[in-house]
Amino acid sequence: MSPATPSPATPSPTTPSPTTRSHNTRGPTLLHSTQVVLGAAALLTALVVQLTVLSRLGLPGATPDLVLVAVVGLALRGGPDAGLAAGAAAGLATDLVPPADAAIGRWMLVLGLVGYAAGRAGERGLRSPLASVALVAGSAGASVLLYAATGLLFDDLHAPVGVVIRLVASQVLYAVFLSPLVVHGGGRRR
Amino acid sequence: MRRDARSTRVLLGLLVLTSVSVIVVDRGGGSGPPLGALRSGAAAVFGPVETAAAAVARPVRDAVAGSGGRDSDAARLARENAELRRRLRSSDQARARAAELDRLLRVAGAGQWPTVPARVVAVSAAQGLRFTVTIDAGRRDGLRPDLTVINGDGLVGRVTTVGPSTATVLLTIDPESSVGARLERSSEIGVLTGRGTAGHSGLHLELLDGQARVAAGDRLVTFGSRGATPYVAGVPIGAVTRVARTPGSLTRTATVRPYVDYTALDLVGVVVQPPRTDPRDAVLPPRPSPSTPSPTP
Repeated sequence: MSPATPSPATPSPTTPSPTTRSHNTRGPTLLHSTQVVLGAAALLTALVVQLTVLSRLGLPGATPDLVLVAVVGLALRGGPDAGLAAGAAAGLATDLVPPADAAIGRWMLVLGLVGYAAGRAGERGLRSPLASVALVAGSAGASVLLYAATGLLFDDLHAPVGVVIRLVASQVLYAVFLSPLVVHGGGRRR
Repeated sequence: MRRDARSTRVLLGLLVLTSVSVIVVDRGGGSGPPLGALRSGAAAVFGPVETAAAAVARPVRDAVAGSGGRDSDAARLARENAELRRRLRSSDQARARAAELDRLLRVAGAGQWPTVPARVVAVSAAQGLRFTVTIDAGRRDGLRPDLTVINGDGLVGRVTTVGPSTATVLLTIDPESSVGARLERSSEIGVLTGRGTAGHSGLHLELLDGQARVAAGDRLVTFGSRGATPYVAGVPIGAVTRVARTPGSLTRTATVRPYVDYTALDLVGVVVQPPRTDPRDAVLPPRPSPSTPSPTP
């Protein structure tokens, strides 16, 4: 059980080689401090750019969701736990940073779930460029739907179905255009 | 592996539990101590960041960034040409901005509303289904919650959260906004609620009198709240585009097109002091023709 599990080509089965051990320790240490700082900086930059630039472009439908794309990118790099943590933190920031005025916690819930699911999907081997683009687009559509659902559940905000459909369709499209940002990063890690 | 999955499941449960309880507390408590402090803390930290980001983004939005060319004459000339064109355009923009400020001052003067001018620095994302903006004036400029916000075209909204140097404005078209309104040259009053779209039919009017006479083209001004908070009286809001025919209903409803273009908000004014008198219909621009002027779209 212990020594010879993951080493396929090493000729010596007697001792666990130092390479496999270092590989093992590098895998789960997601919360490396510089990574956390870099991830947080990426998320906050994405949020500020989204609110000061992208939402003012007057694009049809939704505002391109840079924050969501960043969360999916971090989830693809770090797995479900990191995706959940990044999503929850980014969502809380989205709920708080002005001009946010809805109930605090709604984006936190939505982006946390989306980050977790994206990390799961990345773990399951959805790592080819095409699959990553599809994952970003799917997450974008799901986030819009989930957020509208939390509005219905907690904020008593009934958005017209037509409006939500328009938002989902446009958000999926924008996410496809933004996905090279994270698909490139995901590929570099391998 | 199994242990991993279990800890992840615990994390998921924690996420759902935490966020749902935060939502419930925030809904119930309004601007209570724990979450209200969190929000104003975020405003204090991110307000200046957004103001700075908007200042950086403004020229970028205004002009297309010139690409770095080679040393060939054609490229150099093209670059110079682009630079001159950019300067020309930015002076155009300065002129447009001055005109915008002019209109705001005229409206504020006509209503005798002492205003603090401010610029929009951040806009809520469309997928949030809410319509709010951040402006670059705050507590230091004398702002407080529940003040009326106008621009050169009419009513923009009201102040909700105030930070040290920024404030959040709830736009009139937001689904959670409702404004008391009065029909021009009559005493019919009603409530305008936002319909959650920035288009031509952004507002929904419900007149309190079911027998009230209202037609397309009728114009609306704010009725004015008690103590002039959150809305001062007499601010132009918009014109009726369509009246719903609902026989037997106790109230009359109509669709109203707002005067303000919410997709291009930039310069706004916050009314910091209530006027001494209600200007009634004085702030509405003179009608161009006696019949209904607005073409139905």
